[in-house]
Amino acid sequence: MATDNRQVDQPASLWTQLRTMAGRGPAPYVLILAYAAIVSALLLVNPTTGLGTDMVVVLFLLLMFVIYRAPTILAFKLTLGTILLAVVMPVFGVLNPFYIDVVTKAGMFAALALGLNVVVGFAGLLDLGYVAFFAVGAYLWGIFSTPQISNIVSGMEPLHGSWFWLFLAIGLAVGAFFGVLLGLPVLRLRGDYLAIVTLGLGEVIRVLATNLDRPINITNGAQGIKDIGRPPLFIEPVFQAFGITISQVQEYRLYFYFLVLLVLALTVFVVHRLNNSRIGRAWTAIREDETAAIAMGIPLVRMKLLAFAVGASFAGTMGVIFSALQTFINPPTFDLLRSIGILSMVILGGMGSIPGTILGAVIVTLLDLQLLPRIASELAALQRRGVPIPAWFDPAQYQRLLFGLLLIIMMIFRPEGLLPEDRRRQELHHDEPEPAPVSKTVKPAAESAQSAEG
Amino acid sequence: MALLEAKHITKQFGGLTAVNDVSLTVEAGSIVSVIGPNGAGKTTFFNVLTGIYKPTKGTIIFDGKDITGLRPDQITALGICRTFQNIRLFNAMTVLENVLVGMHTRLHAGLWQILFGTPSVRAEERASLERARELLRFVNLDHQRNQLARNLPYGDQRRLEIARALASSPKLILLDEPTAGMNPQETAEATNLIRRLRDELGITVVLIEHDMRVVMTISERITVLDYGTKIAEGLPEEIRSNPRVIEAYLGKGAAAHGVERVEG
Ligand SMILES: Nc1ncnc2c1ncn2[C@@H]1O[C@H](COP(=O)(O)OP(=O)(O)OP(=O)(O)O)[C@@H](O)[C@H]1O
Ligand SMILES: [Mg+2]
Repeated sequence: MATDNRQVDQPASLWTQLRTMAGRGPAPYVLILAYAAIVSALLLVNPTTGLGTDMVVVLFLLLMFVIYRAPTILAFKLTLGTILLAVVMPVFGVLNPFYIDVVTKAGMFAALALGLNVVVGFAGLLDLGYVAFFAVGAYLWGIFSTPQISNIVSGMEPLHGSWFWLFLAIGLAVGAFFGVLLGLPVLRLRGDYLAIVTLGLGEVIRVLATNLDRPINITNGAQGIKDIGRPPLFIEPVFQAFGITISQVQEYRLYFYFLVLLVLALTVFVVHRLNNSRIGRAWTAIREDETAAIAMGIPLVRMKLLAFAVGASFAGTMGVIFSALQTFINPPTFDLLRSIGILSMVILGGMGSIPGTILGAVIVTLLDLQLLPRIASELAALQRRGVPIPAWFDPAQYQRLLFGLLLIIMMIFRPEGLLPEDRRRQELHHDEPEPAPVSKTVKPAAESAQSAEG
Repeated sequence: MALLEAKHITKQFGGLTAVNDVSLTVEAGSIVSVIGPNGAGKTTFFNVLTGIYKPTKGTIIFDGKDITGLRPDQITALGICRTFQNIRLFNAMTVLENVLVGMHTRLHAGLWQILFGTPSVRAEERASLERARELLRFVNLDHQRNQLARNLPYGDQRRLEIARALASSPKLILLDEPTAGMNPQETAEATNLIRRLRDELGITVVLIEHDMRVVMTISERITVLDYGTKIAEGLPEEIRSNPRVIEAYLGKGAAAHGVERVEG
């Protein structure tokens, strides 16, 4: 027994030693700068699309979280983070457009996941119809910036791209409005019932999008809306001033990249502020014990609706950005699987945790758009070269399976998520020793037998 | 002056009358006990007073206002707060955060003020932290403030519930079996704490209690419920010798139960 323990302990303590060493004095600065320099160099020197660059991009994004956790001064973190995200990534994006698109999508999903995290992670309201708000934002801009609008308001021309900015705010408001609207019928529901009803409401929005091409063609039905307007490029003169000539496609790429980054930063700011306020505490209290929360004076209806509204507002804004980025939307984009995908980001990263949710979104998006397809295509290439993989095995068909397996493994070994909220980590591992253990008196049996309360 | 006047409260669950035409008047600054055998309807009565249940019949006047049918959070804001028979803390929050949640109705920061981090919000947060720690010192839990509520020993959890209730600055506090499951020493400390609520903070106390020693030592008046009905009311000495009370307890073998409960 004793030897067993030692064997388990030793690597851990070595790890701890390494960690303390890396965290002392100038060491973290040197290490992080070296890491950043190597990764940046690799990206910029060889920007070809391939498995190698895939890995470097993963390392690049991982670096962001390393910087976030590193024991360095804030100014260092901010400066380095800004240089990497605002200089290295865009330059790399000009050299190779594939990856910056993936990163933009990851940022977009991170903001969406943060919104869902307010509802599910903070307030504990399991919402399976979240993508509905994303759809509302997307269709809002999709309709107003295309001839669809003429079907609704006769004689109205599609709005010019410069309205986009205003629609970011309108998307926010409309998202919040729909959040409240869909929140109202589910106020009294808890747990599984809430999940099922929100799932239904989410589907309602998708079905409406599919069928509202008659009697008036509002959404253009299953064909979706194409040629959605884009904002005018105001950065063009800036590029010209620097003597840089890049194509409009690439300019838009950078444009949306920066826009998503900006909105994500704002989202983080808002969510962080709320979480550390009386509102955030009220949400957590509701999550923990609804009855106790109302008895302590928390207005349940108002706080739940606020959670729905805040969560949905981010989705509304992101929907507007999404439709302008894609220039094409159709109902299947907003199906249940999308809601579940966003939920899996929150759960994978750590419910209730802001950095965790972002990490979850980045990982799921990378897996989805880049890593799993790459693994599948590499396997297919091996197959073609005669490696004995049975012919019936089509790697592309199996990539979702791999994703499912990853989720299962995660939930078994790290149910609290990758970067959990401190509270939840202790919650799920409370059988393990705490930093400052205290004895727990056993409650008398007579207590638990009484359940007539509230 | 009567701080609380509950008049002819009846609460039915389907065919079951859990509280039957119970009236209770609580003078400001007093300590009052509600006792009775298991299932007598004491907790249900508390739930009606705090708005968790709406009474089937009857009115509740608190501090001169009719609060019948108000929402629990409105009632808390008016100055009634409570603890629970089965401790209901926010387990995954720290001790300090639990108290801060209790302060919710006394804080005013709105959504936009919070987002913009206005000076008033920051001042309010600072003040509420200060006040929360003061309350934790009052119940002697300040040293545990960064622990998760779930990790506290049982007796500490009971005191934290009281601190959390105090955070809403109540005029009236309702304690549902505050010494249940405690050993004699903890019970003595809890009794002392309840007295300090009234003596030092000037809060009126109504408590449900099974431990007769506690009831007899600290209550100024006692109300006895049995099967949802009020069967007696008066000073401790009167209750002790009241034949109906003795019958209610001994007749059902419940007097022994009272002791059992305390020893847990
Ligand atoms: N929500 C409810 N629905 C149905 N019946 C209830 C409900 N709450 C309480 N009751 C019933 O009302 C009666 C009174 O219960 P209550 O919990 O008020 O008793 P109590 O006096 O607090 O008992 P104890 O001393 O055991 O805590 C019991 O018969 C109980 O089963
Ligand atoms: Mg009870």
